[in-house]
Amino acid sequence: MSVKLSVNGKHRELDLQQDTPLLWVIRDELELKGTKFGCGIGQCGACTVHVDGVAIRSCITPVAAVEGRAVTTIEGLDAQGNHTLQKAWREAQAPQCGYCQSGQIMQAASLLLSNPSPTDAEIITSMNGNLCRCMAYGRIKQAIKIAAASEVGDE
Amino acid sequence: MSKQRIEKLKNNVEKDQVHSASHAEAKTVTDPMAIPKMKRRGFMIGATAAGFTMAFLPVALMTPAKGFAVERGSFEPTVWYSINPLGEITVNIAEAEMGQHIGTALARIVAEELEADWQDVRLNYVDNEARYGYRVTGGSWSIWQNFDLLSRAGAAGRKAMIEEGAKLLGVSPLKCHARRSKVICRDKQVSYQEIVQKGDLSRRYSEQDLADLQIKQPNQRNLVGTDTTALDIPDKTRGAAIYGIDAHYDGMVYAKPIIPPTRYDSRIASIDDRQARNVAGYIQTLQLDDPSETVPGWALVIADSFHAALRAEKLIKVTWNNGPAANVSEADILQRGRELIEAGKGSTVVDDVVDGKHVNEWMLDAQEVIQAEYTTSTVLHFQLEPVNAIGLERNGMWELHTGNQWQSLSMPVYAKALGVKEEQIIMRTYLLGGGFGRRLNGDYGVPALLAAKALGKPVKVVFSREDDSRFDSPRSASVQTLRMGFNAKKKVVAFTHAAAAGWPSEVMADFFLAEGKNGEKFDPFSINGANHWYSLGAHQVTAVSNDLANKTFRPGWLRSVGPGWTNWALESFIDEAADKINVDPIMFRLQHLSSRGKNAGSYPNSIGGASRLAAVLKRASRLANWGKQLPDSTGMGVATTFGQERDMPTWCACIAQVHVNRSSGKVTVQKLTLVLDAGTIVHPDGALAQTEGAAMWGLSMALHEGTRFEKGQVVDTNLDTYTPLRMADIPEVEIEFVDSDYQSVGLGEPATTVVGPAIGNAIFQAVGVRMRDLPIRAADLKDALASLNRGTKADADLNQLV
Repeated sequence: MSVKLSVNGKHRELDLQQDTPLLWVIRDELELKGTKFGCGIGQCGACTVHVDGVAIRSCITPVAAVEGRAVTTIEGLDAQGNHTLQKAWREAQAPQCGYCQSGQIMQAASLLLSNPSPTDAEIITSMNGNLCRCMAYGRIKQAIKIAAASEVGDE
Repeated sequence: MSKQRIEKLKNNVEKDQVHSASHAEAKTVTDPMAIPKMKRRGFMIGATAAGFTMAFLPVALMTPAKGFAVERGSFEPTVWYSINPLGEITVNIAEAEMGQHIGTALARIVAEELEADWQDVRLNYVDNEARYGYRVTGGSWSIWQNFDLLSRAGAAGRKAMIEEGAKLLGVSPLKCHARRSKVICRDKQVSYQEIVQKGDLSRRYSEQDLADLQIKQPNQRNLVGTDTTALDIPDKTRGAAIYGIDAHYDGMVYAKPIIPPTRYDSRIASIDDRQARNVAGYIQTLQLDDPSETVPGWALVIADSFHAALRAEKLIKVTWNNGPAANVSEADILQRGRELIEAGKGSTVVDDVVDGKHVNEWMLDAQEVIQAEYTTSTVLHFQLEPVNAIGLERNGMWELHTGNQWQSLSMPVYAKALGVKEEQIIMRTYLLGGGFGRRLNGDYGVPALLAAKALGKPVKVVFSREDDSRFDSPRSASVQTLRMGFNAKKKVVAFTHAAAAGWPSEVMADFFLAEGKNGEKFDPFSINGANHWYSLGAHQVTAVSNDLANKTFRPGWLRSVGPGWTNWALESFIDEAADKINVDPIMFRLQHLSSRGKNAGSYPNSIGGASRLAAVLKRASRLANWGKQLPDSTGMGVATTFGQERDMPTWCACIAQVHVNRSSGKVTVQKLTLVLDAGTIVHPDGALAQTEGAAMWGLSMALHEGTRFEKGQVVDTNLDTYTPLRMADIPEVEIEFVDSDYQSVGLGEPATTVVGPAIGNAIFQAVGVRMRDLPIRAADLKDALASLNRGTKADADLNQLV
């Protein structure tokens, strides 16, 4: 079965079963390894990518569901890896093992797109589905606030 | 092979102990609980040719092949770093990078003494080669065991740079100093880069030269103890960090485990893959034959992609003849522990006699005795990157691509599984998507190697999350009994603590077992913490191996190991004792913390002894404003820990402020205040991050996570029912480190084990209920509150008078 995909602005046509989880297509077919596998049931958030700018869990999203839509992975968030959130993540020294952080950043980027100045409560609501096993939650929250403040400052 | 290797290891451990005993840093009293540290230098010495007897010096510095190895124009004075003609300083990191930013911290130590410009420093996480010596990353040992070694390695390089730089400048080396990758003499200077390009850096240092190397005084340091950013972080914000699961090898096939019903003794009776054969990409189901007995009863679904393997697995039917563990439950394991304690089994680890009287006599003579039983549930590592590995053979060498915390323990197992020599296997190093002790046990590499051998091609084994949970070596459930005797003046005269749990070292690393005072062996890691620094009269500690746990699953080392349960019981019970005699919990602790006798401490690691624990406790009390007025159903609780080992103590105090919802039993932790004295702090922000994470782990295990065995397997295998702490659950956290120049100790684990008992003690202060089972579940607390309200005892063993 042929599936047409747009990932990070590149168009690809792949021979895949329609129900193949998007995560494995991204990781093993397109060899974009920044998106991670954690739980496989959509509850850890390590596999978070954007579809048309909205964060989704790629491990439970069939590839057919994103045909004709724009998929963005951590590699495509910013060409230089210098998205406001990525810079804020470095400023806050947020990652420990780092395994969840692509998903955390993609989730946060989706939040800031829809809500550039989230309150603490809104940050928690948006981020609570992203597990950080190193439990660096305090710094992740801090990084989002740094990014939000700098975006507002830029305007 | 495996046995020989362990024997060799044992000898080396013993040699290292002998070295320690002959030096000033030796302990004054032989402590059976002192864990033989895997000092790399010790093992390197053991690994080199016979007759090589210079102890305590980094072997790489002592045995340069031809003076200093100068290859391709680079300067590589030790195995730990090199400087290339571009002036780049690459520090070789033999520790596993799993979130602790250990590469940055170790490189800071080298750069400090080398007088390197930090901008020139790069990290190289090395593969498993003999020249890096014994490889283990655990026990919060990394900084402690490498500080002196890497300082001397750096200082040796600085000395050589100054000597050669002085020649190039045409001045005396005595008039030169080094700073920021330059050798400077008044207004002249030459860069390390130029020295590497032009100088003759061949050197041979004698033993005396190395002993004479000037290591900086604390007030001379520029990098150690100074803020910096971690070198591993930028890639982790760009999706560019490479973990084991990201490894790829051309021509590889994928494999997904089919995990048997029990860890041991399950045998495959039948495999029916007829339906799976229609799945595109499915290749075969491979039954494993494992001489190392690491993965008995296993099969692997082999496919040309992982998603095909996942799809095929659902259609494959495997039946097993189960082992005896197939009917074991968590309750059975706890009951077995209870029976063993009651029968007086186990190893006597501490047995202090006071004034010629044994603890049993003190108990008999006591005016009052309190007793309580504490339990903890099974805990999963649940590191977010499920375990995985690529196995392959190339040019007669076996390769394993995977993240690992204890290569030196894994290698003999792999060699046995493959039926080859260890020298024929190389482990390629990757970042770890979480360690927490899971990857100390490299068992997940075995199926990859077996499959690569069976199929004659590279095989990448990826565990699903459920596979990872079921094949975890979880933290064993534990049961503990504590008793304390008071005399007529309400003074503590006797204290006994018996703890039963599955023992990781007994199952996986028996060379670590020590001998108790009654001749029985014990796992130091599983009883650490019970040998506390309080002076509480005649003291007896008994470590009990729960044989049913050991047979049912493979107990693992999980962040802090033993203190995860021993400190829960100890620090909760201390509060019970304080309450018994109506003394404030902090006051009670301070009254029993004195640097006398066995609690005096010794140079360099535990210098100051119990008074350093008292100091962090006092500081935490002030920071948290202990004793302040709090609203209804709100309370503060305290706990301390010395980390894991008495001979490498990290002094830590924690105060938790909690609120209890009396109708639901839900506990909300409002604030945690932690004060730690870990000696010299190398990478301050990294130290803080480790402590933050450890404290949140403690909170998670206190209130949010825990599972149980049913039918020989853990019940909770994914996040639908296994529920670690989330962002919504984090409290305000205040952490302070004592400003100290003492020996650097460890920070990865200690804060993990104070939080649970501090919360339990805070609950008692808030609502008067004593919780003794970890995790503390809302339903249990609600029941306990209801019992309390009915005016009955909260539970059967509440402060029993014996």
